[in-house]
Amino acid sequence: MNTPISWIKAYVPDLDVEINEFVDKMTLSGSHVECYEKKDKNLEKIVVGKIETMEQHPDADKLVVCQVNIGAESIQIVTGAKNVKVGDVIPVVLDGGKVAAAHGDNNEYPDGIKIKKGKLRGIESNGMMCGIEELGSSRDFYPEAPEDGVYVFPEDSGVKPGDDAVAALGLNDAVVEYEITSNRVDCFSMIGMAREVAATFDKEFIPPVVEVKGSGGNVNDYISVEVQDTDLCPRYVARVVTDIKIGPSPKWMRERLAAQGIRSINNLVDITNYVMEEYGQPMHAFDLDTIAGNKIIVRRAKDGDKFVTLDGQERSLDKDVLMICDGEKEVAIAGIMGGENSMVTDNIKTLLFEAACFDGTNIRLSTKRIGLSTDASSKFVKGLDPNLALEAINRACQLIEELGCGKVVDGVVDAYANPVSDKELPFEPEKMNALLGTDVSKEQMLKYFDKLGLKYDEKTNMLTIPTFRQDLNCMADLAEEVARFYGYDNIPVTLPRGESTTGKKSYPERINDVARNICEANGFSGAMCYSFESPKVFDKLLIPEDSAYRQAIEIMNPLGEDFSIMRTISLNGLLTSLSTNYNRKNKNARLYELANVYIPKALPLTELPDEKMKLTMGMYGDGDFFTLKGVVEEMFDKLGFGSTVEFEPTTEHPFLHPGRQAVIKKGNLEIGYMGQLHPEVGDNYKIKADVIVAVIDMATVTMLSTFDRKYEGIAKFPGMTRDLSLVVDKSIFVGQIEKVIKKCGGKLLESYKLFDVYEGEQVAEGKKSVAYTMTFRAKDRTLEESEVSAIIDKLLKELGKMGIEIRA
Amino acid sequence: MYVTHIECDLFNRNWVVPRILYFVPFGDEVFLFSQALKEYVYFYINGGFKMKEKLQNIKETTLAQIEAATDIATLNDIKVAVLGKKGELTQVLKSMKDVAPEDRPKVGQMVNDTRQAIEEVLEEKTKSINSAIRAEKMKRETIDVTLPGVKKIDGHRHPNQIALEDLERVFIGMGYEVVEGPEIEYDKYNFELLNIPANHPAKDEQDTFYINKEILLRTQTSPVQARIMEQGKLPIRILSPGRVFRSDEVDATHSPSFHQVEGLVIDKNITMADLKGTLDQFAKEFFGEKTKTKFRPHHFPFTEPSAEVDITCFKCGGKGCRVCKGSGWIEILGCGMVHPHVLEMCGIDPNEYSGFAFGIGLERVTLLKYEIDDMRLLYENDTRFLNQF
Repeated sequence: MNTPISWIKAYVPDLDVEINEFVDKMTLSGSHVECYEKKDKNLEKIVVGKIETMEQHPDADKLVVCQVNIGAESIQIVTGAKNVKVGDVIPVVLDGGKVAAAHGDNNEYPDGIKIKKGKLRGIESNGMMCGIEELGSSRDFYPEAPEDGVYVFPEDSGVKPGDDAVAALGLNDAVVEYEITSNRVDCFSMIGMAREVAATFDKEFIPPVVEVKGSGGNVNDYISVEVQDTDLCPRYVARVVTDIKIGPSPKWMRERLAAQGIRSINNLVDITNYVMEEYGQPMHAFDLDTIAGNKIIVRRAKDGDKFVTLDGQERSLDKDVLMICDGEKEVAIAGIMGGENSMVTDNIKTLLFEAACFDGTNIRLSTKRIGLSTDASSKFVKGLDPNLALEAINRACQLIEELGCGKVVDGVVDAYANPVSDKELPFEPEKMNALLGTDVSKEQMLKYFDKLGLKYDEKTNMLTIPTFRQDLNCMADLAEEVARFYGYDNIPVTLPRGESTTGKKSYPERINDVARNICEANGFSGAMCYSFESPKVFDKLLIPEDSAYRQAIEIMNPLGEDFSIMRTISLNGLLTSLSTNYNRKNKNARLYELANVYIPKALPLTELPDEKMKLTMGMYGDGDFFTLKGVVEEMFDKLGFGSTVEFEPTTEHPFLHPGRQAVIKKGNLEIGYMGQLHPEVGDNYKIKADVIVAVIDMATVTMLSTFDRKYEGIAKFPGMTRDLSLVVDKSIFVGQIEKVIKKCGGKLLESYKLFDVYEGEQVAEGKKSVAYTMTFRAKDRTLEESEVSAIIDKLLKELGKMGIEIRA
Repeated sequence: MYVTHIECDLFNRNWVVPRILYFVPFGDEVFLFSQALKEYVYFYINGGFKMKEKLQNIKETTLAQIEAATDIATLNDIKVAVLGKKGELTQVLKSMKDVAPEDRPKVGQMVNDTRQAIEEVLEEKTKSINSAIRAEKMKRETIDVTLPGVKKIDGHRHPNQIALEDLERVFIGMGYEVVEGPEIEYDKYNFELLNIPANHPAKDEQDTFYINKEILLRTQTSPVQARIMEQGKLPIRILSPGRVFRSDEVDATHSPSFHQVEGLVIDKNITMADLKGTLDQFAKEFFGEKTKTKFRPHHFPFTEPSAEVDITCFKCGGKGCRVCKGSGWIEILGCGMVHPHVLEMCGIDPNEYSGFAFGIGLERVTLLKYEIDDMRLLYENDTRFLNQF
């Protein structure tokens, strides 16, 4: 919402503040100022001058030398302007002054242009006559200005030499742009904003006095109104104007519209625009001669109806679009745009004015379906006060009369099935103070309310809420009004008292923190990826058609296919990021992400899906499968269950290398999986390096984790170590051997460590050598040699069953 | 000549040397041989026992040798030669058995003194040679300390996560519990219970991603408010961070997915002054002690009164700069007193309880705090970006 200060002053004449103070205070009372523009910011020392004499420049054909009366004195100005003559009254910028732009160029001068006295072809010139462009405006708003030349004040303008020319042109103004919140529909109007200004600065608010004289006749002889769909049109007000005289609007109206950035068209159009700005009520004008049957019917369109709007476009309608119709046909899309068939032309004789209230939601949805949004519809969508319509239409008719634009027929047609009346709310100052933590007096509160148009009845202790304040419905709403004008900055600063609470993170989040720390300690950086992705991801990851992964939740209205499903697998985001790094020539990259995948319980979705937190790690460059495996193991160690986790070879993940993938398990519980990326998937992501990934289910990790530790004592008795070098079939995984070692070692086996795996000349074809160091120790005694030997013998016997022998 | 014992004046008194087998006069010295040991002791016959001089002699010779030694091996040799099992001094000590019992303490003392003196010097010399050797070694070992350090490749937390943790720390310190809620949410929690009825413009498809009529991607973290209030455990002090989604095309300042941090306090007698105090303290702890806050009236459907909060620009301190676009203030969050209707819908009596809520856009804070000029960087995960945090 934009408001020129000058227009606000029309209703708050006592307003007298600097613009800086104005915007600060308005923001603090709830009308958030986005920005403002001073129209005269680059206009300095510009006065009204009258040309007294004019002589040809002795040395230049195109220049004249003028003596210009600027009030207290006359100064000499040399000009090349062709449109001025002796006696003209013109704006003059004096020596040391400033103008906003240069004549005849389109450059922008953010700081304006300084004007100094000087000599033109040897003749002294002490100022410059200004064109409207040099004053920072244009002929759009000052149509009386010449196309090329100096602005000449019209004879009836009443200015005299020495006057402030900027003020005389109405350019000493500022336009303030507010961000109005959706609950304050009333503030999308000059009157609404003026009321806020008056309340903010504690000045008197003087709204226009609306009075229509009328010129006889009876509106009911001209038109009747029938609203069939009152749910979508709570009120429809109509008036008729005869003997229309189209012409220009007066200067004051043109200037106010100009300050709002609205170009003057003609008196009729300007009046509807003016009232829309002033009251926030859009109106529509029909040529009554085009209305069949002297009848207006408001009803829904039918599916498949077509309608040509006044911009010449054909629009497709449906049964939820509200239409204005006459006795035979549709003449306008309600609240959005009129029809070509009933539009006002220069030949209009009789005018039908419409001021209605339409359902905001319906208008909003209709504009979307039709694909047409207008100034009028943007007002209606906010949900207007139905009581505004009558006042606004009368104001328009008043202006018609004042501007001599036509004769207003007596009477109003008002289809208003269920009139809305003012609400009442109890006045509860103690409760308001308790909510705000303030100590504002009753009297002060009532003063604020009075400024806002809320009346108080002391007998009933009730406040009457006018209908334009649809947002005031309870004590808290009223408390906000008190707070706004008492000043949010005057509310004290305290801290909540009462029962103390424990600040903490959730347990799963503590586990996540451990995961983050381990990842980062091992060179993995935190990544952030999107939750939605393209269904093409499944093909990229070689996931088969019948895979459960493809059971993904679809977004009804996605931003595009690339963001259309909720991910069921976490890899795509990280692989995409690794690809970005790879293709930007980052040599090594290690990333992790902690975020959800979304697994529907059933499709289509009837209840919320499972959101499963996944830790996804991915790397390329330095390191291999075992680098990442080490990180995963370290994490499980830190979380207190590392020793029981197993990595089983698998081939179940189609996106991983079939010979280099493992499922991570504890017993039968699956914790996650890891492996090297399938080279074809690597190709799909344009990564030519080996990528190692791991995906860990954090809910399972959380379930297994424990931060409990018990001191187990430090070994008091000496341990015994045994190295064992074995010859093993290549196909046997060390995991299988280790299971046997663990089983046979029993309680006495303190630890074991694989220290060598060898394949090559020293070992037979198809075999490998595997070497372990094992440490045995008893807690309560020194071990006997024979005890350890017995274990080793048993172990070798067991391994023998697998065809494993001790290496010679 | 064979004697069984001799009486002589040793240390100015007579003492008897038993079991002397041979006695050989030699000048003014007398050698007494002990046959069993084939060792000898000598005496002055006239003028006393020459042991003292002998020891003195050993001492002087040895100390001179030690003094002259330049390496540990020589010192070891000297040690063996003098103090060793068969060393000079040891021999003297061994002959003690031939000394009269009453004189043994004195002779013993003399020998020990000599031994101690030699040992001391020896030790000192050993130390000095060793430290010279070490000094020489260390000199050779000098390194170029200006060579680069060996760094472990460390990962980096995502800047958004760092900002979140900083934020959580402040509120955990004030007694807030961090809780989370679902990202795919019912319309009821995202809108209805938050006073955003059907057909409210905020529910528009252009802002909200819908799965179906009832289920959507949450547009705010506020539904967690409703969920927690509905549980009915009072008082409430929670902080709820998380992903939210809005239908915005990706550009430098927009993302269809971003994060909010929601705060909610419900208790008896909670006032708007408490809200101001809480957020004022937060701003000071998070952005710096000198930070000031400005509360501006605003509108949210689920709070009344509502406010937007600006803080003095942490970059320029309020003078006006690029970060704050010259205003000196930065908009940082939205907040308000929980709407009584929202309390009611969630089963809390607004006549007994009141509360406040606030919502912070995490990315906004992250971008401002680290002066990141393009939001897309947060989702690209380029390690050259991440490594800077």
